[in-house]
Amino acid sequence: MSRVLRPALLLLVLLGAWEAYARLGSVDDFLLPAPSEVARALADDRSLLWHNFAVTAGEVLLGIAVAVAAGLACAIALHFSRTLRVTAYPLLVASQTIPIVIIAPLLVVWLGYGLAPKLVIIALICFFPVTVTALGGLGRVDPDHRKLMRTLDASRLQAFRRVEAPAALPSLFNGAKISVAVAVIAAVLAEQAGSSDGLGHLILQSIPQFETARAYAAVAVLSAFAIVLFGALALGERLLLPWAHRPEGDVT
Amino acid sequence: MTVESEAPAEEPRTVTGAPREAAAARGVRVRDVRRVYSSRRGPVVALDGMSLEAQPQETVAVVGPSGCGKSTLLELICGLQRPDAGTVASEPAVYMPQRDLLLPWSTALDNAALPLLVRRLSRRQARERARPLFAELGLDGFEMAMPHELSGGMRQRVAFLRTLLAGKPVLALDEPFASLDALTRQQAQAWLDSALRREPRTVVLVTHDVEEAVVLADRVVVMSPRPGRAVAELRVELVRPRRRTDPAVVELRERALEALG
Repeated sequence: MSRVLRPALLLLVLLGAWEAYARLGSVDDFLLPAPSEVARALADDRSLLWHNFAVTAGEVLLGIAVAVAAGLACAIALHFSRTLRVTAYPLLVASQTIPIVIIAPLLVVWLGYGLAPKLVIIALICFFPVTVTALGGLGRVDPDHRKLMRTLDASRLQAFRRVEAPAALPSLFNGAKISVAVAVIAAVLAEQAGSSDGLGHLILQSIPQFETARAYAAVAVLSAFAIVLFGALALGERLLLPWAHRPEGDVT
Repeated sequence: MTVESEAPAEEPRTVTGAPREAAAARGVRVRDVRRVYSSRRGPVVALDGMSLEAQPQETVAVVGPSGCGKSTLLELICGLQRPDAGTVASEPAVYMPQRDLLLPWSTALDNAALPLLVRRLSRRQARERARPLFAELGLDGFEMAMPHELSGGMRQRVAFLRTLLAGKPVLALDEPFASLDALTRQQAQAWLDSALRREPRTVVLVTHDVEEAVVLADRVVVMSPRPGRAVAELRVELVRPRRRTDPAVVELRERALEALG
């Protein structure tokens, strides 16, 4: 119970401090709305927020799916080919240092204002953590398990299928969990680069209109969405990989 | 119990330039083997002048101080390593390590059937062949248990079934019971003994437990400290099952301990 209660309590304390700080009038409402105003915006603008949330949520979910598929394919290719690992891995790392804001407008020019450029941006940002964690998982297989497969005359592909791939699944889940948080940020970035709806677009519009509370409300929705996604992945991992959550090798 | 061996198609394997007669040898023949590792502190001679033979269906126990190259010997027999000098000729051998190495995401049954799955039997066929063996090792009812739900002794039995189902004529057992507590170890030795009588194989059993060697083996080979080689050999011609309290067993154990020095 305390796993829900404790973060909730902490959140309450933080919100209280924020409320007090905003009410004391030290900063302008346009810069920092009080949590109570954000809550009011959440209620008042709920249909607006909901409509835009549906757009962003779709982008995020599809983007993560693309990123996991591409990251997994990339990790498997790198895992099997030493040449590829040596040649392409450093470039892959370097590619992650390119700020998305630089290529986002280019993607909009190439792919238009629709779903495609958003998916590409989200996938570009998320695919790296997935690739790195999955590759690490594939490589960290117990060497004795490899030896076992060799004495059973297993082929390279069989060793992959029976040992390496299942052993890497928890890492893949970790990669997906990391990518959830960045996917939400990536979606906002992508929408701000060129879009006519979505929460990122809403945030971009609200601020010049002095609707800061609405922008914060949009952020609150995004955070809640990320937490729910993260929780869903954690739950899925527990259900699908129960063996990964138990102490190994209890000898009694 | 019977495990159909699909091994005859496989040729006896020989490493390095062994003469043909050696390649055709049945059982295991290790002759004058030297094996050197490179380590950070320079080369380490694990084995030097090591010879060992196991006749078909014979159980040979190898005892020796830790670090005398016992595991290296087994890996050579299984073809996981090559000797730097000398010859190793063996019928196809399967390695059973000290750790059970059960796959945590598979049931006990699928773990035992792993060698069959690797040989491309369908999952149903593989399970059908593995299932009857569970009862014979007192594992009935645990076919669908996950490894973490099993005790150390049971896990080791599943690992042994996996080793048997590899269908190879030679079993290379590397201290298979070292991680078990004393009582479980005695039970494990008892089931191994009876399993091998039902299903005879050529066995090379590496152990640091002299008593275990005398209770289970037809012959006990004593190795020197590193670089390891065989320094003594004891024949154990006692009826099975053997009791560790039997005066003949006790006497042989004392002789083996003396040879160990």
